[in-house]
Amino acid sequence: MSLSRAFFAIVRRDLVLALRRRSEIANPIFFFILVITLFPLGIGAKPTILQAIAPGIIWVSALLATMLSLDSLFRSDFDDGSLEQIILSPQPTSLLVLAKITAHWLVTGLPLLIVAPLLAVFLGMPSHALPVLLITLLLGTPILSLIGAIGVALTIGLRRGGMILSLLVLPLYVPVLIFASNAVEIASSGLPVTAQINILISMLVMALVLAPWPTAAALKMSMS
Amino acid sequence: MFLIPDAVVRFYHRMASPPHFYTFTEQCMPWLVGVFVILVSAGLVGGLYLAPADYQQGDSYRIIYIHVPSAWMSLFIYIVMAVAGAIGLVWRIKLAEVVLVSSAPIGAAFTFIALVTGSLWGKPMWGTWWVWDARLTSELVLLFLYLGVMGLYGAMDDKRVASKAVAILALVGVVNIPIIHYSVEWWSSLHQGPTVITKTGKPAMHSSMLIPLLLMALAFKVYYVIALMQRARTELLSRERNSQWVKNKIAMGAKL
Repeated sequence: MSLSRAFFAIVRRDLVLALRRRSEIANPIFFFILVITLFPLGIGAKPTILQAIAPGIIWVSALLATMLSLDSLFRSDFDDGSLEQIILSPQPTSLLVLAKITAHWLVTGLPLLIVAPLLAVFLGMPSHALPVLLITLLLGTPILSLIGAIGVALTIGLRRGGMILSLLVLPLYVPVLIFASNAVEIASSGLPVTAQINILISMLVMALVLAPWPTAAALKMSMS
Repeated sequence: MFLIPDAVVRFYHRMASPPHFYTFTEQCMPWLVGVFVILVSAGLVGGLYLAPADYQQGDSYRIIYIHVPSAWMSLFIYIVMAVAGAIGLVWRIKLAEVVLVSSAPIGAAFTFIALVTGSLWGKPMWGTWWVWDARLTSELVLLFLYLGVMGLYGAMDDKRVASKAVAILALVGVVNIPIIHYSVEWWSSLHQGPTVITKTGKPAMHSSMLIPLLLMALAFKVYYVIALMQRARTELLSRERNSQWVKNKIAMGAKL
């Protein structure tokens, strides 16, 4: 089987599996909306404050939603043994892992992009900042999934890996959070954001190329 | 390999064997402690007594003799961990794994000291304990990376597998090191720029202040080696508790 066919076979399989269990798609979105709702309730509904912290709120919530959805990335395959088959297959594991991450992002990351503009409007973000918010989410959430996959692969064998996963993954998320929310903030005040967007693009390219290798290595280690 | 002299290769191969490492470190320990005591007392006397007070900061700048060496060590130890992790992953050398996991708590301690002394220094100088700027935040992230390594290692029961996992994590975390190092140059930060290794190539410090600082940096390096050896020795004993050389050592200890 050629590499691209193997890649798309895995993507297709994971998408079909996800569509059969629709609640798993919906959960991260509900979580995302709920966390964002908590901020106005906790901080107070002053429009000026909300508008000032909107980029940060949306990005932190997206980051938490991505992190909590990470567990489903390899969990069912690890439990039923398909992960072993994936590792044993003649295709390079890193490529198949990239396929799994792609499918996972399509299911959990992409829906965030659809609800984010709505929530941004609720928080009073100026409409000219919305395209930038969408671009940062489009570039940023795949980075989060790619980096998170390394953490999941390292902790999949642990019985209670949830807390340790957040300790491993969140420090590595910091650069994405800084540049993405900074870009949205600058865009809200009407200034150009090409520098931040370029940095996010370079981070995405680097994560795409570099993250599947340690993920594959960590999976092999976890299965041994 | 033909470029490296035979004696060096033999030395490395011998050091990679746990029993040899154990006896070798036992022998060098007194020498290392001696060197450390000399360096640290020279550095402290030079820094706290002989060096002049700063014309702006007065005497409170003297915390530099702890702060800067610990900050250097926090980066240095992480790099050591990553290199040891790579060696452990590629050549499966047990000792490299032991060096990696034994370094993490020492590195975390140095990072913590750098953060605390920096905050103590920041209060009189900047008027605040903490600012969320690039240098401070990335150093805090480094502390979390160390804690992540320790947490992951502690969470796994099989220590050989755990060392591999930790090695992968340490290698991934290396991306943070250049960010911390260049943070004061890339972003406009409240933290001052590099003063010892500046762009012009000359230190922006008078030698009466610089020499004690370098002595302290050396002393901290030697301290790291001492602490690392101690930790590595106990780690080796607990990992190899079923092997013959450990049993021999215990039997010898019982006779004495």
